[in-house]
Amino acid sequence: MGKGFFIDLTKCTACRGCQVACKQWHKLPAEDTYNWGSYQNPADLSFITYKLVRMEEYVENGKVTDWLFFPDQCRHCIEPPCKMVGDMDDEQAILQDFDTGTVMFTGRTRNLFPDEIKGSCPYDIPRACEDTGVISKCDMCFDRVINGMLPACVLSCPTGAMHFGDLGDMKAMAEERLAEVKKIYPNAVLGDPRAVRVIYLFQTSPHRYHGAAVASLHGPKRFTRKEAFAKLFKTRRPLA
Amino acid sequence: MTNHYIDLMNSDCILMMGANPAENHPISFKWVMKAKEKGGKILSVDPRYTRSSSKADLFVPMRSGTDIAILGGMLKYILDNNLYFEEYVVNYTNASFLVNPDFGFDDGLFTGWDADKQAYDKATWTFQMDADGIPKKDPTLQDPNCVFQLMKKHFERYTLDRASETAGSPKDKLEEFYKMYAATGAPDKSGTIMYAMGWTQHSTGSQLIRTMAMIQLLLGNVGNSGGGVQALRGTSNVQGSTDQAQLFHIIPGYMPTPRANLATLDDYNATTPTTNDPKSANWWQNRPKYMASLLKAMYPDADPKDSYNWMPKLDVGQNASWLVLFDHMHQGKFKGFFVWGMNPASSGANANKTREALTTLDWMVSVNVFDNETASFWKGPGMDPGKVKTEVFVLPPAVFCEKEGSVSNSGRWVQWRYQGPKPPGQCARDGDIMLEIFSRVRALYEKDGGVFPDPILNLNQKDIAKQGKQFPERFDSQKVARLMSGYDVNTGKQVANFTQLKDDGSTACGNWLYSGAWTEDGNMMARRDKDQTEMQANIGLYPKWSWAWPLNRRIVYNRASVDQNGKPYAPQKAVIKWEDGKWVGDVPDGGWPPSERHPFIMRPEGYGQFFGPGLADGPFPEHYEAKECPFEEHPFSSQLHSPTALYFADELEKHAVCDPRYPFVGTSYRVCEHWQTGIMTRWLPWLLETMPQNFAEIDPELAKLREIKSGDRVIVENMRGQIECVAIVTPRLQPLKIMGQTLHQVGTTWHYGWVHPKDGGDSANLLTPSVGDPNVFIPETKTFMVNIRKI
Repeated sequence: MGKGFFIDLTKCTACRGCQVACKQWHKLPAEDTYNWGSYQNPADLSFITYKLVRMEEYVENGKVTDWLFFPDQCRHCIEPPCKMVGDMDDEQAILQDFDTGTVMFTGRTRNLFPDEIKGSCPYDIPRACEDTGVISKCDMCFDRVINGMLPACVLSCPTGAMHFGDLGDMKAMAEERLAEVKKIYPNAVLGDPRAVRVIYLFQTSPHRYHGAAVASLHGPKRFTRKEAFAKLFKTRRPLA
Repeated sequence: MTNHYIDLMNSDCILMMGANPAENHPISFKWVMKAKEKGGKILSVDPRYTRSSSKADLFVPMRSGTDIAILGGMLKYILDNNLYFEEYVVNYTNASFLVNPDFGFDDGLFTGWDADKQAYDKATWTFQMDADGIPKKDPTLQDPNCVFQLMKKHFERYTLDRASETAGSPKDKLEEFYKMYAATGAPDKSGTIMYAMGWTQHSTGSQLIRTMAMIQLLLGNVGNSGGGVQALRGTSNVQGSTDQAQLFHIIPGYMPTPRANLATLDDYNATTPTTNDPKSANWWQNRPKYMASLLKAMYPDADPKDSYNWMPKLDVGQNASWLVLFDHMHQGKFKGFFVWGMNPASSGANANKTREALTTLDWMVSVNVFDNETASFWKGPGMDPGKVKTEVFVLPPAVFCEKEGSVSNSGRWVQWRYQGPKPPGQCARDGDIMLEIFSRVRALYEKDGGVFPDPILNLNQKDIAKQGKQFPERFDSQKVARLMSGYDVNTGKQVANFTQLKDDGSTACGNWLYSGAWTEDGNMMARRDKDQTEMQANIGLYPKWSWAWPLNRRIVYNRASVDQNGKPYAPQKAVIKWEDGKWVGDVPDGGWPPSERHPFIMRPEGYGQFFGPGLADGPFPEHYEAKECPFEEHPFSSQLHSPTALYFADELEKHAVCDPRYPFVGTSYRVCEHWQTGIMTRWLPWLLETMPQNFAEIDPELAKLREIKSGDRVIVENMRGQIECVAIVTPRLQPLKIMGQTLHQVGTTWHYGWVHPKDGGDSANLLTPSVGDPNVFIPETKTFMVNIRKI
């Protein structure tokens, strides 16, 4: 069944320990940011920013009633559409680890078309390097996880918002916590719990957090011709 | 903290006011969220809707500097609605004490006000004594001169209307807040307060915290689990630095600094607090033992009576606090200055004055891990390096993980750290730098002699330095820790704790509060044992994990959590209980059987104080406006400002009261991503990436008024200075309707400085005033007046 995350957004305080821990473990350089009138810096994910805490003020009658924090990252889909599309051009560009379920982008993603890969992702995660064309995203701290360690982001979380473990356990934890949280937040919901390995618990409608917080927000999935073929091929091919 | 971080989870209601723990004490939020998980309510009262507010059950907006008006309103609400815990109030507080009938209060001033001296004569702030010299009491709380009735009368003016009108907080929200918090007055409930610099840094800061302490006493919330008063300390070891007395008015263990009028040790000991009440422990009666042991720790070969004469002494009435120190430096009264792990050119109020003050020095030594605005002040904005005479020395210290030693957290846990990596290059541990400077100064005295050499020549070296080692490996933190904990001079054996200290010079102890941290059984601070009893496990108490002062007690004043028979008021989260002739649970505040001693053992009378005659600005708290404020009057009295606040006459004209040039209330704060003046975070690219420039937060209406959009560069300014920053326009701030006016607030941080990064902006402290609280002299950096404009 592989590994999974449970991210309880009712406990996220946007301290951004996860965002920084991710950079530290992956030795990613800092971006040369300029405050754009928000705490959310950098403004978006990038080739060198795999994890980003998005912050949205929810306003009713001119007053903030919620400040929603969303540590955004790759969901490591059970059936990753990025891989389906990528495999059409290079089967070694995007790998999926059988044991953990990690969806891993390799250097060979330079052989793929970045817009296609980005477009195939329901959560708008992958980002390409402008110079090399290599595409990157969260790798579930694969090198830590296979050594029995927690992903860097999970380890850094001070409030107990982020959890990591066997996917089944994470799902159970998410369901249990959802039932509890509903007492305070009746509109609380889990994000695509059957399709992904990174299960978010949203305290309110996911679209208030971020446009691509859950897949269904885009409406019914529309397939490009390549994606349609990719789907076809996928059924005949074992996991890498 | 009276309690400790884990204990937050046991609270039924956590008030976050004057603090923003999610951003500034992020780890604490683990326990806040646990409390919420268990059904506890989380309240956030703040000028801004913060990351902490986002997790609160209730957010109440307010105007910066009106906390006493708001809390006074809650105090009145509790009294009016009889929501206080009566048994606790009668037995454990001074509510029943009868006050001097000549004491009074009129229009913002207490009796004894001396307008010439700008100070109070406290002759009437006293209790009526019986024939035995014990305060007279009325346990029915009905006597018109009893503290309870006087308090009731004092807070009569703190109506919901006035509180709301002053603070700008909506009435319905305030009332909801009062109701939710006051519910913790039930004997088996507890509520707690998490506060930090948002409360302390006001000209009424001490009284503000007293107001909350009084609320906690009314509700029976001191001594129990999930209750108490939690001061969230601003840096990792600031609790330790206070314990070791890095303040002018105290010496280690919170003993008063000797003054010039106390010429001998006997004179000093004659000021020891006394009581005639046999049921009062009056713990400070032991002070002579702690003083003699401290002197013996400093000067092992001398009789304490002699070595007392070597102690530095303050003049009578001398104020050597931060603002005064820099004022004197500004006047050219200092030759040299050590600035150690600090950046006053950015961290102190009125930073431009501080920066100017540094130019008067002959020399300055900066010990810091990175370049900063203080070390490089001579080439800062507006400085002509050719004209600055100050010679600056920069010494590179080891960072926290490169040295062994203890770190004391807010919850008084003294935790031992081992050394990680060795300091790189020429970096040396602070202890080694100090010891080396001392050794060289001492050598000069030995060689050349000099005035008053005894304090230098006789200072203890054997308990500090490693034998046969040279700089930078001479300082021995383990030896120092053993000295701090104390030993018997004759046997050389470590004392078990401070109850074994003597006043005759036969024991040495560097800090009585830390006595017991290193015993004959070893280093208690290094313990990492999670063993606990079931009762301790129930409230998350780990008695064998590190060590806490005093005596490894984790919740202080815990004798107030039980009734007169030793039965816990909240049995489901008991801290201590009397069982089979002994106390179980936490270490009790003294081992006497129940009701044999009053629980507040550090007070001479043994009671929690509603009437607090020790403070400079009154025995009861009172609302005054900050020294800089947008109004010429307020509805509580005709006394606009605290009459006793610390300020400097030559700057008096520089305070903005209703100044149309500076119409907005400014406040300063920190963010999660940076630390203090940013010395240790601005140079870290990953942290700088997340918060790259200083910003000013304003409400959308003010933005419209000043034609400012989010992301615009703006100037925030007042008569003391100006800073450039990025505007964040956010509905998390709202204009407040106050006394018929619409009022806007501007919030900005003090994390940045001109040294690095170049586009980061400068510190909010260029705007904050040299005004201080009259008791502790902390600067009023949380409320000041500013203008904001687009560049």
